[in-house]
Amino acid sequence: MSTFFLIAIFLLGFLVTFQIAKASEYVGILKGEKKNFEQNNRINGFLLLAFLVFGLLGVYWCNEALKGRILGEAASEHGQNIDRMLYITIAVTGVVFVITQILLFWFAFKYQYKETRKVYFFSHDNKLELIWTVVPAIALSVLVGFGLYYWLGITGDAPKGALEVEITGKQFAWIYRYPGDDKIFGKKYYKNISDAEDNSLGILWDDKSSQDDIVNEQAMYLVKNRPVKLIIGARDVIHDVGLSHFRMKMDAVPGTPTTMWFTPLYTTKEMKKMTNNPDFVYEISCDQMCGKGHFSMKGLIEVVTQEEYDLWMARQKPKYLAVFPDKDPANAKKDSTVATAAAVDTLKMAASK
Amino acid sequence: MSNEAILQKPADAVVTHGDHREGNGHSEHHHKETFISKYVFSMDHKMIAKQFLITGIIWAIIGGLFSVLFRLQLGYPNDSFPILETLLGKWAKGGKIQPEFYYALVTMHGTVLVFFVLTAGLSGTFANFLIPLQIGARDMASPFMNMLSYWFFWAASVVMISSLFVETGPASGGWTSYPPLSALGGASEGSKTGMDLWLISMALFVVSSLLGGLNYISTILNMRTKGMSMTRVPLTIWALFFTAVLGVLSFPVLLSGFILLLFDRHGGTSFYLSDIYLASTQQALPNEGGSAILYQHLFWFLGHPEVYIILLPAMGMVSEIMSVNSRKPIFGYMAMIGSLFAITILAFLVWAHHMFVSGLNPFLGSVFVLLTLLIAVPSAIKVFNWLTTLWRGNIRFTPAMLFSIGFVSLFISGGLTGIFLGNSTLDIHLHDTYFVVAHFHIVMGVASFFGLFAGVYHWFPKMYGRYLNNTMAYLHFWVTLIGAYLIFWPMHYEGLAGMPRRYMDFSQWVSFNQFGDLNRFISIVSIIVFAVQLLFVFNFFYSIFKGRRVTTSNPWDSNTLEWTTPIRPGHGNWPGEIPEVHRWPYDYGKDGREFIPQTEPVGAQETAH
Ligand code: HEM
Ligand SMILES: [Cu+2]
Ligand SMILES: [Cu+2]
Repeated sequence: MSTFFLIAIFLLGFLVTFQIAKASEYVGILKGEKKNFEQNNRINGFLLLAFLVFGLLGVYWCNEALKGRILGEAASEHGQNIDRMLYITIAVTGVVFVITQILLFWFAFKYQYKETRKVYFFSHDNKLELIWTVVPAIALSVLVGFGLYYWLGITGDAPKGALEVEITGKQFAWIYRYPGDDKIFGKKYYKNISDAEDNSLGILWDDKSSQDDIVNEQAMYLVKNRPVKLIIGARDVIHDVGLSHFRMKMDAVPGTPTTMWFTPLYTTKEMKKMTNNPDFVYEISCDQMCGKGHFSMKGLIEVVTQEEYDLWMARQKPKYLAVFPDKDPANAKKDSTVATAAAVDTLKMAASK
Repeated sequence: MSNEAILQKPADAVVTHGDHREGNGHSEHHHKETFISKYVFSMDHKMIAKQFLITGIIWAIIGGLFSVLFRLQLGYPNDSFPILETLLGKWAKGGKIQPEFYYALVTMHGTVLVFFVLTAGLSGTFANFLIPLQIGARDMASPFMNMLSYWFFWAASVVMISSLFVETGPASGGWTSYPPLSALGGASEGSKTGMDLWLISMALFVVSSLLGGLNYISTILNMRTKGMSMTRVPLTIWALFFTAVLGVLSFPVLLSGFILLLFDRHGGTSFYLSDIYLASTQQALPNEGGSAILYQHLFWFLGHPEVYIILLPAMGMVSEIMSVNSRKPIFGYMAMIGSLFAITILAFLVWAHHMFVSGLNPFLGSVFVLLTLLIAVPSAIKVFNWLTTLWRGNIRFTPAMLFSIGFVSLFISGGLTGIFLGNSTLDIHLHDTYFVVAHFHIVMGVASFFGLFAGVYHWFPKMYGRYLNNTMAYLHFWVTLIGAYLIFWPMHYEGLAGMPRRYMDFSQWVSFNQFGDLNRFISIVSIIVFAVQLLFVFNFFYSIFKGRRVTTSNPWDSNTLEWTTPIRPGHGNWPGEIPEVHRWPYDYGKDGREFIPQTEPVGAQETAH
């Protein structure tokens, strides 16, 4: 109902506008073309000036209204550098923005048609043109300089001793893997992937180093102040590990692993306090179009202290043991009935296929 | 200039070109001109231009309507609109837009506006209309190819439209259609038949654009009238020339990328595919060794030049219109050409700035940072030259002039955010967020639309012999300018917060749900702005038939050649001889004279410029 109401209003608006537009065309003809033109010109000249003034006020107002909702404290060292670069760029471009917009609308207003005005025949001026080639070039070189300095730092090698975590995207969730005590990720091959057999990454269980790997689909745990290197992959289509609080981002490409490293600076708990938001979590947003569930492809990161991390790690069970419960020393003690043994056998057979 | 030698040839070519040279133009139309040959399979560049324009307008309405639909979803993610179910059936079950359909809408919106409206609708219209008229030619080098160019575009349109009606829906992987998503029907409904139709349509489109482009280039190089050296052609022509060069050199690369994608889809090849397991079929695919990133290189090798293909014609028309309405020469004509040239060259060398976080080698990334930010230099030159053109002019705010001023304002705003994105350090955070959406809509989408509108308002009298209604035009301008800023300015802030693009609902995200009210505001403004575009469309069609008649052949007191033709020029443009040109097109306000048409010989006492 209200839809039709709205459409009716639009139609009415159209009709009224059209009538006014027709009428003013006739009035214009009656008044004489010249007078009509001069009047329109004055009105539009004034409006351009008004647009400049209210536009700049609007920019200021928009900034005041929204600044609390963007860019909380950057939660990684790289993020702080990126924010610094951002502020430098905002300052430089902001100055250019204000000056050029003012010149544009002010000139338009000031030099609007006057019958008596003589235009200044000014077709070129090499010196002026040289200035506005060289000055932007210098300003841009400065920005490039800063930018590349940070960029090479951010994309350089991760420090030794960084925590290594593997993250794999699939439609529409994230899978995390830790290398376990041996600090080596077990081999995997995509043709071994099988959701039915609980091998979402296609890990080769024959590889010894895979047997202590920890696979988890709930959350990625990271340690405060400890650099972390993510090894990023995808199972099906391109995804992207987007970490807006850390200001980091990297595509997850099937067939071509990528990496990224950073150092978290605040635990999740600290961020809850700093942002005054008890619901705060570090979210991983998928930032590359990956299908119909793209907008809901969320991952979680918990940043904790080293002690909390150690506690959490101690509670994790290698995936291998979950897939082959009979290999689990904790289970071996218990009496295994014939039935479970048989079940395990079938599982094993399936896995070795 | 050494051009004089070259110029002899085209003059001859024109003679052989038509019997139009003799006699008066009007009496010649009757030679076997039927409705079909005049309005449908026309070979008159002016008619073909109108065909492109009107097809473009229809596409713009469709593409705009798509955006209204998905803005409804973004503004009101938790409401349902029963009317949508009535109209769209299963795509809006229960009055809520379904995810597959949302992504199909976004994809079609992007494809249609980038390619069908702002490439075909813009270049197709103004290159066809203005090149022969402004360089003094009777028609294009090959009117037949020109006609084919339109009809290939038409075929592309039909295929694209039909993809909207297939069972599994149209393509839905974004206008960039990255594989593997776009390669695998098992990964998305839209990657089934819809994607094939999308690829076929785009292939037809590439053919259309190549036929057109080659024609524009050869016409500009070979068919200029006597005296029209390359340093005397209006900047519109220079811009259209570089646009055509960009298209001719980059569209084939896109086509090759699409063909490889078709092979991967149906031929079992592995150009883009490797290591893929599809959950929908619980199967690992046999493909190994391909690179998904290869497609992105091929796509953006066109994709970046494409944004300039869209922008340059607007820049050219704005330069021309600004000079005419400031009653003052364009400032730095040679610098304007030089910067167009620089932009054209650099446009081929920056494509990987769309791929900074795709796993690109960081060193390669830094090279692309340097080249990308270099592009800002010629852009800056253009802005300052436009500003200086206004300075000490005597400005008439015709609707075309207002849209030109709006264009410069938008180009500044959007160009400056390019400096953020071109800096790879910042792009890590801003890539694929609403900041990018804001950037390219302002600098490419809205700005080029402003160029298009400026062109239509300025040359409508030449096209149809009537004026558009001024009141509606002013309303159109002001609502569009204010609306565009209200829609896209706040999106920068959303992007700074990391809010990802191509999300249909943010309410489940702790990090991004703070913008619910802002999204609603943006949606409301976009609906209003869309309605005002319909007002323009109405004005356009109404004025074709009922607009105020043009009574003088040169209504804007302009120097260029198109205004030396009759008010309603026939096929062949000039009833008699093609006029000879004696000067550049920007002698406004020279030696105390309002304007001096290009056809006027240089006087003995005249000062040089
Ligand atoms: C000062 C000059 C410019 C620079 C430095 C620049 C830089 C960039 C960069 C780095 C991106 C990629 C952002 C990302 O995806 O993370 C981008 C996106 C884009 N730019 Fe620009 N740009 C400039 C001017 C323009 C112009 C003049 C146009 C169009 C006429 C344009 C149209 C686009 C479009 C359409 C996209 C988005 C494509 C997509 O991902 O869908 N840019 N720009
Ligand atoms: Cu995604
Ligand atoms: Cu680009």
